[in-house]
Amino acid sequence: MTTRRKFVVTRFDPDKDEVPKTQEYEIECQDDWKVLDAINFIKDEVDSTISHRWSCRMAVCGSCGMMVDGEPKLTCKTALDSYGDTVEIEPLANFPVVKDLVVELEGFMGKFQQVKPWIMNAKEEAEKKAASTMKEGTYRQSAEELMAFKQFSMCINCMLCYSACPVVSNEPDFLGPAAIALGHRYNMDTRDGGQDERNQIFREEGTVFSCSYANECSEVCPKGVDPAAAVNQAKFNAVIDWATGLVVSRPAPQGDE
Amino acid sequence: MVEVFRHDIIIVGGGGAGLRAAIAVAEADPSLSCAVVSKVYPMRSHTVSAEGGAAAVARDDDSLEMHGYDTVKGSDFLGDQDVIKYFVEQAPKELSQLERWGCPFSRNEDGTVATRAFGGMTTKRTWYAADKIGFHMLHTLFQTSMQHESIVRYDEHFVTKLLVDGGQVRGVVALDIRTGNIKAILANAVIITTGGGGKVFPFTTNGMIKTGDGMALAYRAGVALKDMEFVQYHPTGLPGTGILITEATRGEGGHLKNSEGERFLVDYDYGVGTKAELGPRDMISRAIVQEIRAGRGVKGAYGEYVNLDLTHLGAEKLNSRLPFVLELARTYIGVDPVHQPIPVRPVVHYMMGGIDTDITAGTSMPGLYAAGEVACGSLNGANRLGSNSLTECLVFGARAGEEAVRFIAGSDGGNESVLQDQASEDADRIEQLRGRQKGGEKISQIRRELNKSLEEGCGVYRQQESMAPAVAEVAALRGRVSDLKLEDESRVFNTELIAALELINMVDVAETVAVSALQRKESRGAHTCEDFPHRDDQNYLYHTLCYFDPAGPRIDKKDVTLGTWEPEERKY
Repeated sequence: MTTRRKFVVTRFDPDKDEVPKTQEYEIECQDDWKVLDAINFIKDEVDSTISHRWSCRMAVCGSCGMMVDGEPKLTCKTALDSYGDTVEIEPLANFPVVKDLVVELEGFMGKFQQVKPWIMNAKEEAEKKAASTMKEGTYRQSAEELMAFKQFSMCINCMLCYSACPVVSNEPDFLGPAAIALGHRYNMDTRDGGQDERNQIFREEGTVFSCSYANECSEVCPKGVDPAAAVNQAKFNAVIDWATGLVVSRPAPQGDE
Repeated sequence: MVEVFRHDIIIVGGGGAGLRAAIAVAEADPSLSCAVVSKVYPMRSHTVSAEGGAAAVARDDDSLEMHGYDTVKGSDFLGDQDVIKYFVEQAPKELSQLERWGCPFSRNEDGTVATRAFGGMTTKRTWYAADKIGFHMLHTLFQTSMQHESIVRYDEHFVTKLLVDGGQVRGVVALDIRTGNIKAILANAVIITTGGGGKVFPFTTNGMIKTGDGMALAYRAGVALKDMEFVQYHPTGLPGTGILITEATRGEGGHLKNSEGERFLVDYDYGVGTKAELGPRDMISRAIVQEIRAGRGVKGAYGEYVNLDLTHLGAEKLNSRLPFVLELARTYIGVDPVHQPIPVRPVVHYMMGGIDTDITAGTSMPGLYAAGEVACGSLNGANRLGSNSLTECLVFGARAGEEAVRFIAGSDGGNESVLQDQASEDADRIEQLRGRQKGGEKISQIRRELNKSLEEGCGVYRQQESMAPAVAEVAALRGRVSDLKLEDESRVFNTELIAALELINMVDVAETVAVSALQRKESRGAHTCEDFPHRDDQNYLYHTLCYFDPAGPRIDKKDVTLGTWEPEERKY
């Protein structure tokens, strides 16, 4: 079964165009198609000059985020049958456009690195490294400990949350939902000892305290990561950490003998 | 104008093997500049799609010997036994290290890493993170790599050529997709880790990016592709899309059923014995095709299939162990596995063949290494066991990195002007291809024909009379692919140009698959030739080498390394 649909696609070639324009394509769409299938069909059979990113088509590589009728969507996971006869396809909002539906990721990649997303200062690392069996060479982690961060480790970096975030749209330098969730993921991992460093980053301007609680990020997340929850937890921890730091690091009174 | 960049080591590909290699280089010597060149951002790499787990001996009831024997037997005795022994020894160390780097492995009650059953494995030795091990492994490696300042990334750069001078690899030519500029990136060692080329087939679990690029690069530079006839069909892909439904579904107790509701792996003799659903992939894929041939398949919009029944496992277990399978089945085929069986059919998944490498991940070309699916170090022989490949990425990615560090110690820089000339020549080739209006052939049409030839010629079951036409058809496509018509003249992010370059690679890789398959007149592992239904150790216990030649691929042979386990009948 097929349905005829019109796609209004944003086109932009920086070498030719001052501003983006739109181009329309009318095609027969199979009813079981995802939005990405339609774009791929246009690319393969109608107009090979369109540029878009995609790969896994199973909602795990995170490449194919676009605005579909004005909302950020992972196009390989978005069924076409929930849309009308005309579907608007635009590049993800809140990102500079490279070409057509391709957006600039460099800013995001920098934010990502900023939260130091790796295991730091692991105390037992040295002795574990020397061990050759799994029992001696790995950490133990209870189911509860795993659950404390697992959800925040599920981010596929599709950047839909940056597209939806009202703070990002006003302050492009805002660290943003996915990067904060990632930093928080490591902070919550019992194997990690880098909380002090990351909390210090989280207390800087343009990070967790810039969040306005809009919750848009969690609503558009295609993987149920709930970055808004991560941001809130990170805020709390960063404050607690700071307050504890005040108490602990206060210099001891240097009284006279 | 070609810009020139210089590093100590170049890694082409930013997936599991490539990132592991990069970390190995950085840890061995942080003063070495290590470039990771990938056509996608590393977290988009196809490692991300692996679901079930990664194998390494972990339990008291297991041993390296058992993991080794399972792998040799799974390979239908075409695996190199020295390589297999090295692999099983390194596997626990590599996976333990991945755990220490933060990979969120699923746990036993006592907090140790949990392991699950997998096809062809005697005991539970597959480490897992629910059903997203590839995703977690890739992200853990990528994030871990970010702390090393000596790792320099060239994201969204498509490598078009290996630079070779005096028989030694000296760098690569890369197209910066973002700008359209051509770069000569020079180094004294190059590690290829670009993964497989499943997209030469129409129905595959592989993502769009799996076009065999690294294999084609090495092949055209004169390095042999080994055992390319062995293409793994995973038994359980979703009809239509080919999306992978992990073997872990069966590891956790799922059943395969025919249209009569029979567990055919139990009710009929398919050689898998009491292993039933936990038999190796080649045998189970054949069993499914046989069921369909016997009229016991279920008819569907995308051809006949069988059912993968998980309903008896219960919602709780499915939610905790197989949440991604639930998401995939619900999203992509409208089936809720808690209540309904999942329609599945065999689907092209993995290439056992690849760039001919040895136990050091080295190739016949000095300075050139390869690891992961792109390589054929002969760990997997004629059939790979599920969950060995992610571990393979770690073990041989690390080895390639370490060996490359050793290799460059005694190396000079090569003749830079010679290399620049080669790069300029390749830049001209790419420039002529961009927006090539005068051509007569359409990319999507050639790709369709290529896919059809491979599917008809090199499926689960093959016949001489199906393979011979495939060889001829692909050879004809090799001519036609030089006359592509391209519409997009833009320099910035020209994905049509990339698709053309990928298609050229795919044709080369497809040709080695078809030619290698046609010459192997026996049935072994994933290569099932119906005219020659038995394994023939007398005549075919060898690795197939396929060399590039402008006139057409040239076939040679290489001995299999035995020594520990004598070839025997493969029966489970």
